[in-house]
Amino acid sequence: MELLAYIVVDGLIYGAWLFIVSVGLTLVFGIMNILNMAHGSLYAIGAYAAASAVGAYFALGGDAFPYGSYIAMVAGAILVAVVLGPVLEIGLLRHFYGRDHVILVLVTYGIFLILEDVMKLIWGVTPLFVSEPYSLLGNVEIGPLYYVTYDFLVIAAAILVGLAVWYVLNRTRRGKVVLAVIHDREMSKTMGVNVDRVFLATFTIGVFLAALGGALTAPMISVSPSIGVNVIILAFAVVIIGGLGSIEGAAIGALFVGIARASSVHLFPEAELFVIYLVMAVVLVFKPEGLFQKTQARKI
Amino acid sequence: MKSEKLKYRASKTAIGIAAALAMTGAIGITAASAQETFKIGVVTFLSGGAAESFGIPAWNGGKLLIDLLNKGGVLPPPYDKRGFGGMTIEAIPVDEAGGATKQVQEFRNLVQREKVDTVLGYVSSGDCLAIPPVADELKAFTILYDCGTPRVFEEGAYNYVFRSAAHAAMDNISLAKYMKTRGIKADSFAGINQDYAWGQDSWADFVASMSVLMPKAEVKTALFPKIFAGQYGTEISALLREKPDVIHSSLWGGDLQAFVLQAGPRGLFKRSQVALAAGDHVMPQLGNKMPDGVIIGARGMNGLAAKANASPLTKLLWDAYEKEYGVFPVQAPFRMWQGILGLKTAVEKAMESNGGKKPNADELAAAMKGSEWVAPSGLIQMALGDGHQAIQPNAIGTTKWDAATGKMTLVDIEYYAAKCVNPPDGIKAVEWIKAGFPGAECN
Repeated sequence: MELLAYIVVDGLIYGAWLFIVSVGLTLVFGIMNILNMAHGSLYAIGAYAAASAVGAYFALGGDAFPYGSYIAMVAGAILVAVVLGPVLEIGLLRHFYGRDHVILVLVTYGIFLILEDVMKLIWGVTPLFVSEPYSLLGNVEIGPLYYVTYDFLVIAAAILVGLAVWYVLNRTRRGKVVLAVIHDREMSKTMGVNVDRVFLATFTIGVFLAALGGALTAPMISVSPSIGVNVIILAFAVVIIGGLGSIEGAAIGALFVGIARASSVHLFPEAELFVIYLVMAVVLVFKPEGLFQKTQARKI
Repeated sequence: MKSEKLKYRASKTAIGIAAALAMTGAIGITAASAQETFKIGVVTFLSGGAAESFGIPAWNGGKLLIDLLNKGGVLPPPYDKRGFGGMTIEAIPVDEAGGATKQVQEFRNLVQREKVDTVLGYVSSGDCLAIPPVADELKAFTILYDCGTPRVFEEGAYNYVFRSAAHAAMDNISLAKYMKTRGIKADSFAGINQDYAWGQDSWADFVASMSVLMPKAEVKTALFPKIFAGQYGTEISALLREKPDVIHSSLWGGDLQAFVLQAGPRGLFKRSQVALAAGDHVMPQLGNKMPDGVIIGARGMNGLAAKANASPLTKLLWDAYEKEYGVFPVQAPFRMWQGILGLKTAVEKAMESNGGKKPNADELAAAMKGSEWVAPSGLIQMALGDGHQAIQPNAIGTTKWDAATGKMTLVDIEYYAAKCVNPPDGIKAVEWIKAGFPGAECN
């Protein structure tokens, strides 16, 4: 029973983190049809921005109200989105929309390489630590289980992000406009939808979600160059399992991977790495388009 | 990636003075050698995951020592001669990032285009296995200064390749011996190590050592997360659930920092005795976030363990490093220092034999083979691999935060003689461990 409880809680925590770091990737693909290879770098920049923001917050006397550091973390992610979203979308991506998918993948890979060096130019290679927000909320002890409360904050953030994205897309007028663009870009244009603005907003939100993933992770790690490389691999695995472009799919995919990995670590640790890709392979064998992506007719 | 080139040369005035002194015989070198330079290609991680923990501190230490040597007369004897035998040392740093294939190409560039006299480098075990055959093919004198895999000279033999640091088996043998000698409760133990050669080998050496020294100790679990995983929540849960007396880890860099940051608040360090085979290098960054009571190794008598047992040479370099970079030196600069000082010893020994000329690769190899020298990390002896592989003393200690100075310290330090924790020549480390350390010389 204790083992099962550990697997479920660990799986939920890891799955929630995976969802946060992959939802931006699937959102950008679903709406803009761009496989954003720079997602990991945006995650890393979010972590750096959050670390800097929290550091500045405490340096400016934040000790009096340490909980404000959570606001500083989110503010860091927003700043990254507001600056980098428009710069990358208007300055670069917009000029390649008519081109082949592969060109866009290469462009975003180029952005990834540039951003990796930009991070070193801004923050250097010395790691940053902002562990205060991680331990600030104390611990949760449920029977034999002993966790840091912050882990449950990540679960709450994942639920909030998932519900917010779903609500905006499915229950608001702006969301309907976005869905119309996904369904048929040309027709939306003829109906008066400003597709450029939709794309700008979508990419900026995608950047925010990537940066938010990094910001929420920053207190748990030493923020250093290259932290985004592994994340992009995991995020791809999650969105492929769920179906590229599907928010629900990303949530279920993240949960699958989280539970499978937790089961492996507790029961068969030798397969910890293998199990993630086993889940992906099994899903692709039976549902090549992923769990939640419907087969689409292709325009000729 | 293009190699960044930084050259360190003494001023013309200093060279002139050295040349004049040489001509008068005051420092016992020939005039020709005083005007020459000795070029070293220094290969280490200047970018990527291992840069911050190993590559950059090592290169910082290397720059510092080369500057001091080029000034001459700063270090205590036998290192008081200027440069290498009077020759100005010129270092060409190369980034080790990019994998073994790229490094082989960079090695050829250094030897054939830059015409370096020695290549000194390599943190990655993969690079250390890829470079030696090429070094022998090009007849290029090469010193591997950092990497840990025992396979280089246990599975191969090379004429022009030497390793100036002990291989990694020593780290885990010493940890197991520390458990035994300090009477640490270890009825059960578990491991969390990265899933590649370094992590797998470290764990295998530790398990083998424990099975000899504490045969009743039971292995609870062995976890191998991916390198640079960053998230260890599930692994920490598994370790909490298994409740081992001792947790062994050879995690390094950002992975180790993340593990400490995540495991600390969850009480792992209070529930189990954590032993970090190579953990000293994260102490400056973590500060008081590193819990008290953690058993720490430094892959040699390096870092804080060296300071606690400091010779004048160690103290001089320690103070100079701390003053220059605002942080104390950990294991990486110590290994770079012992590599450079070993090279200096070999160059000057070869010059004694060849009449004071700049030695060629064959003369350097002959001088280096089986040599020994004193480094800030103790006496280094080229005792294994037919005189090509170093052994050195080791030290293991326990962390303790000193609130008065605001610094992390090491207490309860145990020092191990080189021949106590390294196998004799001709036997593989793992076989030596399994045989019960025959011939170990532990005073």
